[in-house]
Amino acid sequence: MLGLGVDRLQADINRLLTSLFHQGVLDEQFLQLQQLQDETSPTFVYDVINIYFDESEKLLRSLRLLLMDREFSDYKKIGLHLNQLVGSSSSIGARRVRNVCVAFRSASELNNRPGCLRGLEVVEHEYHYLKNMMHELFQLEQQRLLAAGVRYPM
Amino acid sequence: MAVGDVMRMEIPSGGDMSVTSPELHVLAVDDSIVDRKVIERLLRISACKVTTVESGARALQYLGLDGDKGASGLKDLKVNLIVTDYSMPGLTGYDLLKKIKESSVFREIPVVIMSSENILPRIEQCLREGAEDFLLKPVKLADVKRIKELIMRNEAEDCKTLSHSNKRKLAEYIDDASSPSPSSSTHDDSSAKDFPSSKQMKSADEKFSSLL
Repeated sequence: MLGLGVDRLQADINRLLTSLFHQGVLDEQFLQLQQLQDETSPTFVYDVINIYFDESEKLLRSLRLLLMDREFSDYKKIGLHLNQLVGSSSSIGARRVRNVCVAFRSASELNNRPGCLRGLEVVEHEYHYLKNMMHELFQLEQQRLLAAGVRYPM
Repeated sequence: MAVGDVMRMEIPSGGDMSVTSPELHVLAVDDSIVDRKVIERLLRISACKVTTVESGARALQYLGLDGDKGASGLKDLKVNLIVTDYSMPGLTGYDLLKKIKESSVFREIPVVIMSSENILPRIEQCLREGAEDFLLKPVKLADVKRIKELIMRNEAEDCKTLSHSNKRKLAEYIDDASSPSPSSSTHDDSSAKDFPSSKQMKSADEKFSSLL
């Protein structure tokens, strides 16, 4: 019975990941991160993703403040923030977030304010979707660990 | 000890020929905290010692190249490879590469540049300046494996050359040791042949330590 719990949870995890890859939310770089996780670094993926969330939210807040300012004109700064977001998203395999950041960056290079505002909305949307999916993934993995732990008492 | 016997030289451990210790010490430079975490893990899982810093300036500081009397003498800090991001605020990876290649102490350290942008002129510029290789981000395990093999191969070749020159120096040392020093007293003549004077030992020592 407990074994079924682990298997079912694993199936849920696989299904979620497959769906995310299929949607293009994640790419093969995410798989690379998973390969870097082992007994010597058992929470590596969780740790990196959380660092990514912290950094990204700082950048997104900063971008929103810049664009909300009626006297805004610092497109270069927007570009710099976006370079960071593009880079870190790419490093963790967050393909869709990366792509919408690139689109946003193009608008900033054209000094297109409405384009930037739209770009920011799209990035925020994709980012929050990714974050929710990652939380769901981590929850499933946590549950699976617990289920496996009960099955194999130490 | 008879004449002709080889005197065993104790080579100090730690900081000598890196081919004997399998772990490379890599200095990784990147302004992105996410990328630093990833590159650190990529290198650690590839059995490398890793030090990460967030900027070119910090990298120079770590190496002791920033003008302050830094850690340049400490063998424990010996860096076998520098991996740096190209686009960084302040000193770019290219600027860092140039500074390292300009240094007489550090120019032999291989430098690998990482970039998320596949810009051919940029790659060419870095290779021309002496970069060992150029990695496109996101960096993968296969990239790190390849770089590591390249560096280890180069180090092994350097040590082969080094050990040839060591053999030659050892032969010179033995020659020095077998000819008695003019300052040794006459009644110790026979033993002067077996045990070189401390002055001769010191000069051979200096020849040896210059190789390390």
